[in-house]
Amino acid sequence: MNKIISSIAICMLSITILSSCKQDKKLPFYGERHAETVRDAAGVEKIDTVYQTIPNWSFLNQDSMVTTNKATDGKVYIADFFFTSCSTICPTMHRNLMTVYNDFKTNPDVMFVSHTIDFKYDKPSVLKKYAQKLGVDGSKWQFLYGSKDSVYTLAEKNYLVAVGEDSTAKDGYIHQGYLVLIDKNRRIRGAYDGTKEDQVEQLKKDIPVLLAEYKR
Amino acid sequence: MRKYIIHSIFLFTIIAIIISCQNQETIDLQNYLSNGKDIYKTKCQNCHGENGEGLGKLAPPLTDSVFLKNNKNRLACIIKNGISERIMINGKEYQEKMPAFPELADIDVAQVMVYITNSFGNNQGFVPYSKVSVQLKNCK
Repeated sequence: MNKIISSIAICMLSITILSSCKQDKKLPFYGERHAETVRDAAGVEKIDTVYQTIPNWSFLNQDSMVTTNKATDGKVYIADFFFTSCSTICPTMHRNLMTVYNDFKTNPDVMFVSHTIDFKYDKPSVLKKYAQKLGVDGSKWQFLYGSKDSVYTLAEKNYLVAVGEDSTAKDGYIHQGYLVLIDKNRRIRGAYDGTKEDQVEQLKKDIPVLLAEYKR
Repeated sequence: MRKYIIHSIFLFTIIAIIISCQNQETIDLQNYLSNGKDIYKTKCQNCHGENGEGLGKLAPPLTDSVFLKNNKNRLACIIKNGISERIMINGKEYQEKMPAFPELADIDVAQVMVYITNSFGNNQGFVPYSKVSVQLKNCK
């Protein structure tokens, strides 16, 4: 009898210990960070980590409307860089991104922002046709057009995605196929290779985790 | 009796020749399907999808057997040189620029063509690359 009681006790103790080890998962922060001294609400000085954020931006979207970061502020969004005549990685990226879009279609807190790196050809009307043909048209997925400087700088410095013109590359441009996950405070929380299905699946899992961070 | 044996051996030889010819074509078909699938994965799957389902209205599906049959003599040209004219696939209109693939040799074009026309619900049999070479010479 004593043996049974003690083994039950040990089992219950293990379960309690193991379940208490489960912490709330938080996504990492990407990019530069530095420590800053801040005063909290009570006026007490603390040292806080300040992470890299996406700066203010302003582009034309597929409806030729000036679209700025105001569209995405306070929302979780996924950014990528592509161009419509891309035959190498972009179709796969957007095919996979479509599945993410469909999963979060009804969630108003999730948006998608695709920037074109073909400033010569991908004018807003071209982006509009592309969006319609892809099967997404609406405010949830923004296709943005901007000058070479503004887009390329944003890509490389802020979203940490390499893009460039390359006359030797098949379509004339090279770029990485990352889907970058940005949180409601404009910080980079994830980067997923849009051509790899397992990474896209991970993105689908990480979005709810990120959204949950704001529910506390 | 001897006549009977000789006639049987003769008949048997003829049948064996016929069967082995068919087997050669089946072997070729399997070979083309296997290589064609690899080519499809690296060059075509991107836009046309793993199961030939296409991508919205940007890239048509490859499941319209009627289209493939009606255009069988220019499929090779489409694969090698791309296409940008308006086409109807499965009752829907498509007009987008499909890029060219000049790096594909005639045999590659033949293999991927045979793969596509015998996958995704299509079943259009074998086409030897000699025939594809002729078609490619006459592309408009």
